[in-house]
Amino acid sequence: MAVLVLSGIEKGFAGRRVLSGIALSFADGEFVSLLGPSGCGKTTLLRIIAGFERADQGAVLIDGRDVSALAPDRRKMGMVFQAYSLFPNMTAFENVRFGPRMQGRSLTEQKERAAELLALVGLEPHRDKYPHQLSGGQQQRVALARALAVRPAVLLLDEPLSALDAKVRVQLREEIRRIQRETGTTTVFVTHDQEEALSISDRVAVMHEGTLRQVAVPAVLYREPADAFVARFIGAGAVLAGRAEAQGVRVGAALLPASAAAAIAPGGEVELFLRPEHIRLASDAGTATAAGLPAAVADLTFLGSFTRVRLTLDGAGVTVAADLPSGEADRLTPGARVFAWWDAASPRILPR
Amino acid sequence: MRRRFGLGSLLVLLAAGAFFLLPLVLTGIFSLWQGGSTYNLATYGKVVNTGAVWTSLLLSLRLTIETAALSLVLLVPAVIVINLRAPRLRAVLEVIAVLPFVVPAIALVAGLTTLYTGPSWLIGTANYLVVPYFIITLPYTYRALDIGIASLDLRTLTEASQSLGASWFQTVVHVVLPNLKAALMGGALLTLTIVMGEYTFAAILLFRTFAVFIADTGQGAITEAAALSLFSFLITWAAMLGVVFSNRRGQTALGGAR
Repeated sequence: MAVLVLSGIEKGFAGRRVLSGIALSFADGEFVSLLGPSGCGKTTLLRIIAGFERADQGAVLIDGRDVSALAPDRRKMGMVFQAYSLFPNMTAFENVRFGPRMQGRSLTEQKERAAELLALVGLEPHRDKYPHQLSGGQQQRVALARALAVRPAVLLLDEPLSALDAKVRVQLREEIRRIQRETGTTTVFVTHDQEEALSISDRVAVMHEGTLRQVAVPAVLYREPADAFVARFIGAGAVLAGRAEAQGVRVGAALLPASAAAAIAPGGEVELFLRPEHIRLASDAGTATAAGLPAAVADLTFLGSFTRVRLTLDGAGVTVAADLPSGEADRLTPGARVFAWWDAASPRILPR
Repeated sequence: MRRRFGLGSLLVLLAAGAFFLLPLVLTGIFSLWQGGSTYNLATYGKVVNTGAVWTSLLLSLRLTIETAALSLVLLVPAVIVINLRAPRLRAVLEVIAVLPFVVPAIALVAGLTTLYTGPSWLIGTANYLVVPYFIITLPYTYRALDIGIASLDLRTLTEASQSLGASWFQTVVHVVLPNLKAALMGGALLTLTIVMGEYTFAAILLFRTFAVFIADTGQGAITEAAALSLFSFLITWAAMLGVVFSNRRGQTALGGAR
């Protein structure tokens, strides 16, 4: 358990800058996800924390101690890799025992620790199996137990779920979170899957092109994205460019209601961000409690309990999506005329 | 389904079998010949009781062990370092590993005797043969090792090991080598098959290895030479079976080395 601090991390490969100005603190026992599209630098950052890459500038501090110059085997970091990384020549038990063995613990201690960790990940019955005899999910659980067996100061997870099928992925991520809470280990989790990041993290750090775009708790990230990239990357929604007016944002000829626009100087260029769940539909303007915007249904996508309806707003010439309970959406067909409305407090205004 | 193994295939198989086996069978029969129409195991009895047979066989086996040890000590670290730290140097090693194929043995031995000088324990004894043997087995041992390493995710395994607190040395000993067991075994057995049959270097440098001994015997006692040749074949074949067996058991394959 430890406090991890990254300060001013810069990294380039062959003249190309892959990380710049990364400053981030991880509280003791905190679970933080590094989230971003592929190539955003998240894995490089994790490898710098682990010691497999050297930062060009900046420092990695654990409990106030600068470990930037230490070799990976001296950093006390447990790491779980994306690819199955269990040692093929060792059983599950021997894999988990490897760390304590390398640390020079007594044989009794090694065995106790390995048994304890295998029990924690629920794999006691499989202790004598070799990696090729275990399923992908089981292998990653052994890898997690192995990483935790060294009582790491920080646990690093490099997309550990990406090679697993959807169902196992959800099960295992919940298990990772439970085990992390039980052990209280400060954890850095790298993923490109926003659902994964939002569902298990205390905080999420969104990365793009080597920079940190926003670091926040999942709900804040979703409700209050700091910029258009975060807004587009997290969840679904429409980012519409326009000019601020007292009542909302003018997009084309249409005025889209947004109370937050009042705080911006009139005429200022802004982006209006609307989530599908904010938008309501009415078949005539009168039923809409706020002023309804005339729109035409472009298409409908059935998604189980709800249906995503894409609408083209008259005058604005833009398309937005609205999520409707599937029962309500049944009466709509492409081309149908509707009125779209939303609470003016819902849209978020992003600077351009 | 029957068409998959038709008459044509059977004929080819029989022809190939005859091509490979007939000389061996005839050598075997010849080794039993005692003149006229007498056939028995007397030649084998004589061979087994000749001290020089065992001396030369033991020399060849010793040279095999020394060559295999030298190859592994030099090549394992080189292949690991190149795969992890300097992948660009891989091409250089590839070229070096193929060179022994293009340099004739006779040119190699001439070059060696001119260039290599050193302590008498090396130059004055059969140990000297380890140097050319290392060179001629290089293409096989390198290929075996390289394929063994390629079948492992070496980077992830070494990083996992290091993140668990293992030093470089511990990583190589506890993680890399055990997973290369099949490749190492394959490399060593291929060395055995090559060293057991090598004649040119040993004959020119005047060392009496098993192959040289067989050739010498053939000058006078031709049935004994036939018996020894057959014996040499058996050793080589046992080694080849060992390669196949170690491939089947291990996770690594030796495709390029055969």
